[in-house]
Amino acid sequence: MGMVSALWLGLLVSGFVVAALQGRIDAVTRGMLKGAEEGVAVALGLISILVLWLGVMRIAEEAGLIAALARALRPVARWLFPSVPADHPAMGSILANMSANILGLGNAATPLGLKAMSELQELNPLKDRASDAMCTLLALNTASLTILPTTVIALRMQYGSSDPTGIIAPTLLATAVGTASAVVLDRLYRKRDARRKGPGRG
Amino acid sequence: MSVFFTLSTWILPTFFVGTVLWAAVRNVPVYEAFVSGAKDGFETAVRIIPHLVGMMVAIRVFRDSGALGWMVGRLSEWVSVLFPPDVLPMVLLRPISGTGSLTYMIELFRSHGPDSWVGRLASTIQGSTDTTLYVITVYFGSVGIRQVRYALKVGLLSDLISAAASVAAVRWIFGPPPG
Repeated sequence: MGMVSALWLGLLVSGFVVAALQGRIDAVTRGMLKGAEEGVAVALGLISILVLWLGVMRIAEEAGLIAALARALRPVARWLFPSVPADHPAMGSILANMSANILGLGNAATPLGLKAMSELQELNPLKDRASDAMCTLLALNTASLTILPTTVIALRMQYGSSDPTGIIAPTLLATAVGTASAVVLDRLYRKRDARRKGPGRG
Repeated sequence: MSVFFTLSTWILPTFFVGTVLWAAVRNVPVYEAFVSGAKDGFETAVRIIPHLVGMMVAIRVFRDSGALGWMVGRLSEWVSVLFPPDVLPMVLLRPISGTGSLTYMIELFRSHGPDSWVGRLASTIQGSTDTTLYVITVYFGSVGIRQVRYALKVGLLSDLISAAASVAAVRWIFGPPPG
């Protein structure tokens, strides 16, 4: 069973048990029905911002914003991925993936990231063991450096915030700290691995 | 802190109008491009309905039964140094399920309001990290990697650092939590 299934089961069963012990099983019934209602309401409330944002991002894409950002990030990527030759196709996919993440294009970022992974796999000597470059790509993707948290802004609007965009500045600060930490931790673990196992491995 | 308020207020309109203008200069048919991209927005919203309903039901059952309150009460002595106990479940959910933590953020919007201190902190935590376990499963799974080495550790540690940085950033920009 996957992690999310285990989490889901845990939430439902522990809720059921706690409610049953307190003799208020009706709370579970109410939670189920209200939860379903609200899930649909939230998704429908997101339509406006998703339509707007994906429209804007298509304009940005056709104007070459992802390509421009990828060019700007090239020196950074060469520093982050020393084991990937600069002219290897993997470098191009890594740059496109990083750019799409920064622009908040999650839907575009994932296929680009998976393409980068399969190209990095060609460079990987041990096919079932992650290479250094793969670990770095994962560190960047799990930290998710984004300039605009659009979904969060939309939900804040939906729940009546008078200042829906006010959280952009703290989000930028936190995501910058998180991404920097991910890069540093990745470097530290990579060096430790290299010392332990000697040079020449993955 | 006024520089941050200015940044927060200006970034969205500037990005929007700036992008349209820049694209127009580069001869992109801007309106047509907008409409063709916007079509995907509706589909995306509909596609996430099952995920949101599933998570919302589980979290509502967990909360309405009293199990959530019990858990927060138990853990609050341990973690109140690092996080306000209210956002703790969200910090725990974030790396496992993006929809789960999003749903919990909405619960906090309903109970505390999006402009409350906790509401702002929840917004910042949700926006500043990604679903580490999902990313690791999908990325490594796609190429058949079984030994993920230190990738999981790095992902989870940076999630924790992001969450702590969110507390610090919200505290710095909006002041300390009330009470």
